[in-house]
Amino acid sequence: MPLLSRHLLGLEGVPKDDIQLILDTATSFREVLERPIKKVPTLQGKTIVNLFFESSTRTRISFELAERRLSADVVNFSADMSSLKKGETLKDTARNIEAMKIDMVVMRHAASGAAVFLSKVINAIIINAGDGAHEHPTQALLDMYSIREKHGTIQGLKVCIVGDISHSRVALSNIYGLKTMGARIAVCGPKTLIPRFIEQIGIEIFNNIDDAIKWSDILNVLRIQLERQDRAFFPSLMEYRKYFAVTRERLDKADKVITIMHPGPINRDVELSADVADSAHSLILQQVLNGVAIRMAVLYLLGTRS
Amino acid sequence: MNQKSRIIDEKGFERTLARLAHEILERNKGADNIALVGIRTRGEFLTKRLAKIIQEIEHKEMQMGFLDITLYRDDLREKPYQPILKGTEISFDVSGKDIILIDDVLFTGRTVRAALDELVDLGRPDSIQLAVLVDRGHRELPIRADFVGKNIPTSMEEKVKVMMKELDSEDGVYLVKTETGGY
Repeated sequence: MPLLSRHLLGLEGVPKDDIQLILDTATSFREVLERPIKKVPTLQGKTIVNLFFESSTRTRISFELAERRLSADVVNFSADMSSLKKGETLKDTARNIEAMKIDMVVMRHAASGAAVFLSKVINAIIINAGDGAHEHPTQALLDMYSIREKHGTIQGLKVCIVGDISHSRVALSNIYGLKTMGARIAVCGPKTLIPRFIEQIGIEIFNNIDDAIKWSDILNVLRIQLERQDRAFFPSLMEYRKYFAVTRERLDKADKVITIMHPGPINRDVELSADVADSAHSLILQQVLNGVAIRMAVLYLLGTRS
Repeated sequence: MNQKSRIIDEKGFERTLARLAHEILERNKGADNIALVGIRTRGEFLTKRLAKIIQEIEHKEMQMGFLDITLYRDDLREKPYQPILKGTEISFDVSGKDIILIDDVLFTGRTVRAALDELVDLGRPDSIQLAVLVDRGHRELPIRADFVGKNIPTSMEEKVKVMMKELDSEDGVYLVKTETGGY
């Protein structure tokens, strides 16, 4: 039973069976990652280009490791060394790369919809590694994998996403994926960072972290993008911390264990206190490990179908 | 219509496994350093059966594991469907062990090639020996079995079907004549 779609552009509209298949397949790759030789010959002879128009360290490394561990040939292309600076359009860049006979493209781009666009202009299989504030499907898949690994299921769990929801592709992909998998979802953050449409899709909104903690089984804490702070979505970091920072004292007030997740990189002691990030209930490093397995699963499922 | 004839019946199945177990123990002078590794799907159940017989003879817990060779196949791209990964489960270190690799039918040898590649990625066994329930010939690679339940000469139009109670209604081996041929 192959995946429904030829590409992975986002999780919107991806059926439950497909998400389940990706998560189940990733379990096999987790086993591969525990071996002395963490490499299988599955994608031998396939060429994959990592097209990163926006800077990214961990996602790019995670994809590259996944590709190499499947024995694919890998080419990296990043914005600062590319001809984009010379004024080439995305379409031309992509077509030029395709002319070199590549099989798959993993792309990160600042514009929402870039991955969908790319899938229409070239023949290679496209995996979206983040497009603007739209989607980041492999991050949401690894988050769901980590939740399932910890809790045994996703169905019925209460997951609250905390922070800058408006500018977050991680939030949107998680919302689509978690909804499909039957989780209950809430968001928590300053009103200026919560998109207006969110109420219409049946998601709870919390305006302070204490209420969110009371409701949640899992907190997925997003990075506060300090580089956006010049646009003043909230008055100051101090004020953000006062209402939204996840700290030990706040978690201790709840008489239950709450799982903590963060897609990284963390601003320690801004959105998440250091002791919480390093605590036993934090899945943060597990998420990083699972990220490689999830990406191997997606590459395998899309790259080996006839 | 496919023609079907039974080559091994239920009793014969039991006796064949018992003989394979004894041969494995004889060749390895006991069970001290051996571990059983089955190739999924039917190799897994054969492994569990052989482990049980060997344990009864040697009064010793057998180490066993299972291989899913999908990621090592050389024909992934040619398959009309995508096999679902069932995962490899080997919880012991294969290094220094005498590994008995177990599968139901030995045919072209390509599955065994994939399994050998996967095994050596997991460590460095002292030796790998191959045990199969049926050897039907038509090798495409220089591979042979160390322990064979039954040699069944076949034509390419025939198919060997191994039935096991864990998955099917009975234990037995059938030779099926197909119109399309192959396997």
